[in-house]
Amino acid sequence: MAAMGDARAASDQSCPISIDLPGTFDGVRWALAQVMVQLGSDRYSLEERGTVELVLAEVLNNVVEHAYAGRSDGKVALRVEQGISGLSVAVEDDGEPMPDGGLPSGAMAAPTEDLLAIPEGGYGWFLIGQLARDHQYRREAGRNSLTFRISVG
Amino acid sequence: MKLLSERHSDTLVIRVDEARIDAAAAVDFKDSMRRATQDGAARVVLDLSQVTMVDSSGLGAIVAVMKQLGAGCPLELAGLTPNVATVFRLTRMDTVMRIHGDVDDALSLARPAC
Repeated sequence: MAAMGDARAASDQSCPISIDLPGTFDGVRWALAQVMVQLGSDRYSLEERGTVELVLAEVLNNVVEHAYAGRSDGKVALRVEQGISGLSVAVEDDGEPMPDGGLPSGAMAAPTEDLLAIPEGGYGWFLIGQLARDHQYRREAGRNSLTFRISVG
Repeated sequence: MKLLSERHSDTLVIRVDEARIDAAAAVDFKDSMRRATQDGAARVVLDLSQVTMVDSSGLGAIVAVMKQLGAGCPLELAGLTPNVATVFRLTRMDTVMRIHGDVDDALSLARPAC
């Protein structure tokens, strides 16, 4: 899988992690593995690492599923940098814009007692909303740019 | 997807022998679970003790399997690892699904729900 994308290894942890990944679910898996290796386990607890992996998975899979829906030739640029108030993350792609030009609300359907009425989707943005903050979305020159922070580290 | 099935009288225990149920694996998981449960069992317990990552697509796939098995004898889960348990807690799925500490807990219930 080493040829899958371009992951420049950061020699010291203060350097941003910078990964260009293919806009496919397998590309996301590969990129997450790179990020988890580069983050290391010295600075981050198991729980924090899980949070980072989950949020990045949700954001990147949304790009694959929606911005690049039906395409497998898309590219996604991921930057992750540790700051004093947590990990700053930037995700950019050249896919379709967000519907309505803004971020989804992240609202989750009210819990139901009826097992057969539980939705099978719609959890992604809810989880992003729960685990990350300061989300900002911009559409410029045909490019999507999403930035947010995760309070870890 | 590698699933290991074991029958304990009328309970079918299915262990997911993979580290991830994620967007890349969700469709395969649903198909594999359909095959693993097609012979029918009164009760199905999904052992997630080898799974370290479930994302929203994986969660949706587990919900889909639960709905497919029907409400009569709902799918039960066992052995959630910490990060997987967090996803179920945040989405409050832990309040609607029956979750056991491990498979032994699930099998030793004096009065299972079905």
